[in-house]
Amino acid sequence: MGLQVLFFYLFAFIAVASAFMVIAARNPVYSVLFLILTFFNSAGLFLLTGAEFLAMILLVVYVGAVAVLFLFVVMMLDIDFAELRAGVLEYAPIGALIGLILAAELIIVVGGATFSPEVAKAISMPIPAVTERTNTAALGDVLYTHYVYFFQIAGLVLLVAMIGAIVLTLRHRENIKRQNIPQQVARTPETAVEVITVKPGQGI
Amino acid sequence: MDAFVSTYVWPTIIMVAQSLLLLVALLLFIAYILLADRKIWAAVQLRRGPNVVGPWGLFQSFADLLKFVFKEPVIPAGANKAIFLLAPLVSVTLALAAWAVIPLNAGWVIANINVGILFVFAISSLEVYGIIMGGWASNSKYPFLGALRSAAQMVSYEVSIGFVIVTVLLCVGSLNLTDIVNAQTDGIGTRLGLPASFLDWHWLALFPMFIVFFISALAETNRPPFDLPEAESELVAGFMVEYGSTPYMMFMLGEYAAICLMCALTTILFLGGWLPPVDVWFLNWVPGIIWFVLKASFVFFMFAMVKAFVPRYRYDQLMRLGWKVFLPLSLAMVVITAFVLKLTGAA
Amino acid sequence: MTELLGSYVPIAIFIGIALVIGLALLIAPFAVAFKAPDSEKLSAYECGFNAFDDARMKFDIRFYLVSILFIIFDLEVAFLFPWAVSFNDLGWFGFWSMMVFLAVLTIGFVYEWKKGALEWN
Repeated sequence: MGLQVLFFYLFAFIAVASAFMVIAARNPVYSVLFLILTFFNSAGLFLLTGAEFLAMILLVVYVGAVAVLFLFVVMMLDIDFAELRAGVLEYAPIGALIGLILAAELIIVVGGATFSPEVAKAISMPIPAVTERTNTAALGDVLYTHYVYFFQIAGLVLLVAMIGAIVLTLRHRENIKRQNIPQQVARTPETAVEVITVKPGQGI
Repeated sequence: MDAFVSTYVWPTIIMVAQSLLLLVALLLFIAYILLADRKIWAAVQLRRGPNVVGPWGLFQSFADLLKFVFKEPVIPAGANKAIFLLAPLVSVTLALAAWAVIPLNAGWVIANINVGILFVFAISSLEVYGIIMGGWASNSKYPFLGALRSAAQMVSYEVSIGFVIVTVLLCVGSLNLTDIVNAQTDGIGTRLGLPASFLDWHWLALFPMFIVFFISALAETNRPPFDLPEAESELVAGFMVEYGSTPYMMFMLGEYAAICLMCALTTILFLGGWLPPVDVWFLNWVPGIIWFVLKASFVFFMFAMVKAFVPRYRYDQLMRLGWKVFLPLSLAMVVITAFVLKLTGAA
Repeated sequence: MTELLGSYVPIAIFIGIALVIGLALLIAPFAVAFKAPDSEKLSAYECGFNAFDDARMKFDIRFYLVSILFIIFDLEVAFLFPWAVSFNDLGWFGFWSMMVFLAVLTIGFVYEWKKGALEWN
């Protein structure tokens, strides 16, 4: 038990510290790297609560895909950081307001259980003990049957993301040589090769 | 005090000892795999390969290690020092970290977690970072371009690896790597009435997926024929151009550790892990780890042979293969496998 | 729960040891090797020339598109994992719900293919 508490404080502290460093770092690439550190520690926190599938998926999707995307963009763009920083004070009041709203929401969600115990009883799908059904299997049992609508909506969100990314970024480039492999493979000697008999001493 | 020692200190010592044993054995294995790669490549080209250092060149890798340690570590001017040195460290640590969940024999696994295969999948997704950071931190066009292309290539073949893993999982029903191996004691061979044999392993039931996984593993680890981003004639060593001495060696070590990981994963997913080819008494006497190493070495032999005799893929052909051929193919196989399993009611 | 978490502790120890080995390898040449820095050695490699211009090349949108497509298919694989694990206990309803999901994403994939987003890199 003591070890669990120790790891919790370790992960939580590093997560908060690196989250702060994301906005405080000088170099945008350092920001992204600190963000990756935050994700790692969040995955550790998920692990401590027993959500092992979610922890691994966090690593696979967030760190392995989303942060790679961020890194690509940040590294390829030459971001003038000093210029970006100059505008911070202008937007501080709005930022503070949004931060307050977010904090209020978090308190309502997390603290709700202490104010009204009925909320905790409203859990319709309690998690089975990890010894009888692993976390992943337990998720799989309900996600595709009980929560099928949320699942399909997730699929539609992914579809919209795909289409959106293409609509926004694709520019058709003219006169590029493309390879048409079936066409290449279907060539026959009749069309491809021509046999010319050359008399000695004369060129073609 | 006594309870503290027995619940914390003693298990920690055992875990440290096990980890050290595995890491040392793994590093030795990688050293010889490096030599084997060069020898196999040489043999295909009717050469000898390294045979000067030690009998038959057996000490070559250790000589190389010493050479790298004694070389001057050059950090190019204008490079981002911290990230420049972090990149190879990340590369090596990640590639080695995945081995914590690989079972070498029944019960011989450092960490027998429930989501073993997902952990390995996560680690292979993270291997992109060593490359991106290495390429960018060098502050030079060629490494950066090589790094981006290498990263895009690795990422494209991740997806088909993911789908292939899903087809194996459909047949197994658990993410635990030990369970995946144990599920291969029962398969096509036993359905036909034969004793548990190599016909039960997933390579036969999921043969197209075996091929797709093998090729995607080649692309994932930047192995020839998919090594354009680091090919000498194209981009000079790609993202590793500005690296020398041990940082360079660590990149190579990380790459070969990743290759060994892919070989081990192929063995576990498709070739029955530590199971003997036929469930017969005299083959069962041979320790499971011997079978595991034999099978993983066979897969590596295939890797090395492909390197030796296949010409290099051009980058756009490589990307076309990943997105237009393997992705639809593996997706279709997921659907087909699921259908067949549901219709036959097989577990 | 403690058993679950207990199975992860060896990973932390293993990664720690791997990190120590990596650090040892990294620091070794700085301590041991003979150093003689000069400006030629430290300048960026460009086949013998001095670098023409800044290391930053123009932003190539194709890498961005490949990453986004990867995120989407990675999420698809992430949804497939629990489905594959609890496949035997799902019955036909669970099976068909996943098939609908895959069909939706296949439509997106076909759209991409036709639009040429998968061409050239």
